[in-house]
Amino acid sequence: MKDMDDQIPRTLPTQSATFTNPINAEIRRAAATGIYDIRGGGAKRKVPHFDDLLFLGASVSRYPLEGYRERCDTSVVLGTRFAKKPIELDIPITIAGMSFGALSGPAKEALGRGASAAGTSTTTGDGGMTPEERGHSTKLVYQYLPSRYGMNPNDLRKADAIEIVVGQGAKPGGGGMLLGQKISDRVAEMRTLPKGIDQRSACRHPDWTGPDDLEIKILELREITDWQVPIYVKVGATRPYYDTALAVKAGADVVVMDGMQGGTAATQDVFIEHVGLPTLSCIRPAVQALQDLGVHREVQLVISGGIRTGADVAKALALGADAVSIGTAAMVAIGDNDPKWEAEYQKLGTTTGAYDDWHEGQDPAGITTQDPELAARLNPVEAGRKLRNYLKVMTLEAQTIARACGHNHLHNLEPEDLCALTMEAAAMARVPLAGTSWYPGKEGF
Amino acid sequence: MQTYDLEAEGLRGLNSTLQAQRDETNQTSWEIVNPKGSHAIAVGLDAPIEVTVKGSTGYYCAGMNQQATVKVEGSVGPGVAENMMSGQVIVDGDASQYAGATGHGGLLVIKGNASSRCGISMKGIDIVVHGNIGHMSAFMAQAGNLVVCGDAGDALGDSLYEAGLFVRGSVKSLGADCVEKEMRPEHLELLKGLLERAGADARPEEFKRYGSARQLYNFDVDNAAAY
Repeated sequence: MKDMDDQIPRTLPTQSATFTNPINAEIRRAAATGIYDIRGGGAKRKVPHFDDLLFLGASVSRYPLEGYRERCDTSVVLGTRFAKKPIELDIPITIAGMSFGALSGPAKEALGRGASAAGTSTTTGDGGMTPEERGHSTKLVYQYLPSRYGMNPNDLRKADAIEIVVGQGAKPGGGGMLLGQKISDRVAEMRTLPKGIDQRSACRHPDWTGPDDLEIKILELREITDWQVPIYVKVGATRPYYDTALAVKAGADVVVMDGMQGGTAATQDVFIEHVGLPTLSCIRPAVQALQDLGVHREVQLVISGGIRTGADVAKALALGADAVSIGTAAMVAIGDNDPKWEAEYQKLGTTTGAYDDWHEGQDPAGITTQDPELAARLNPVEAGRKLRNYLKVMTLEAQTIARACGHNHLHNLEPEDLCALTMEAAAMARVPLAGTSWYPGKEGF
Repeated sequence: MQTYDLEAEGLRGLNSTLQAQRDETNQTSWEIVNPKGSHAIAVGLDAPIEVTVKGSTGYYCAGMNQQATVKVEGSVGPGVAENMMSGQVIVDGDASQYAGATGHGGLLVIKGNASSRCGISMKGIDIVVHGNIGHMSAFMAQAGNLVVCGDAGDALGDSLYEAGLFVRGSVKSLGADCVEKEMRPEHLELLKGLLERAGADARPEEFKRYGSARQLYNFDVDNAAAY
């Protein structure tokens, strides 16, 4: 009888597409701890992205430029609208805001060194400006955040630009979080907080609400800084057309649009994965707003969130951005999630490429930590050199593509150089599906 | 006394002139006429000068002040003395929302009433309000002292850190993690000095002290209802 049973075909065990193993594991974790998952980084879910676009390259109707002979410029000037001293960058790739506190001192120094060597800017974060960061950054953007930790007019005047942070792509509508493990003596002092507490950064500014107030806030900042430096407005991508239009109306020199793949030091996983728009979907609406207001290229657009390669840079610029900003990629370039630390990642219950518990301050790479011993693992000179190399490579890649499309400046890339591999990407980027002249929504919905 | 006609000469000229004053300046006394509710009057000052605004102002009067004494002979709009570092700002009338927001130092005196979110996220500033304050005042206040000679509105000191709150009148409600605390001799002494500096006619013994219960300093799921 048993032999007969063995011969009956059996239904294969089937995993649920809804209750997947990762989902079930998260349910069990939540049930055991009673607290949501907190992590760093940006959205890990698969969303339409720059990989879903292709460049068309030159053809009979367009001729290319010679790769090693004909020039393809990469410079960009940010803040030409009102600032007396706009920021002139050699490359259209900037380093996004990341705080001392979230990152170690050597990591911030490395970012400053790398950005400066590549001819671009770096950005402060929640917690204010450190002398080391200012000293190692030839062009430093000072973030003006809801928490105003460490905010003072003297540092404000040392900045080369001011970035008013309304939101960020990883958590539009959410504030920051820095757990007690990372509130060292110095971080606590800079933020006027007791050591060791779980520090919350406010989700909205304490002294203005709405675009009309923002206009007055920008006026105040300009008056304090003698109208010298550009003022950026950074928003998390949610309503890109209206947010861009309102930032312009409020007087911004530069709009920074951060998609949901953009990283954060720490917030709830549910926030990162379920709030905000993919980077790809927010560029064309933002550009449309600038064009409708007649200020495209006068008010510059910086795109961030999941920029990894020169191809990503070129695609963002082709869709109308003036520059891009990188955060996670810069961290990887200086050593975050490096396989050489695999044994230590394993001890933390994770693995190379997946490590995202940046808030716990135990980063083996010494980047997202305030532990002096871990932080000492990062050589800021060497890490800065790696960042410079990476920025150079991305620039070369973007130039390669631009020349292949026949352009002598990265800013001459245009949507007509692109096609999309998927319907979703075609709709979001408003470029034709490959092999067609059509994209969803072209004739209206 | 230097007199500056804001209506005739403009905001940029005013602020650049005042910001150009240095510690050793002889032009220590300034009078601004025709403010007419303008925004960002006398912002970013950094010299031991005295500026008197003859009338009411709009947003952010005396924002980010350092060293200077700014007196407003009228009322002020939102964000007066926001992020002040040092010096004094004295308002004869009432103040709108966010008075003294995120201030790191110095003394802000409101002789009338202050609206909601007075002292929000304050980081070391001392604020004395002769009258009443509105709701959500001292929200997430980190350091410094807020003294209220009248009444306080709803949710006073919500999510408070280490700022000290002193109220003479009633408190409509306390915010999350804000509790009444014992008034010890050192607090009476502190309060006495602040009241004297602010020219407030009140005795320290008439006040109650409020501060953080420090229960929300580290996340605990059992406190989820308070977040």
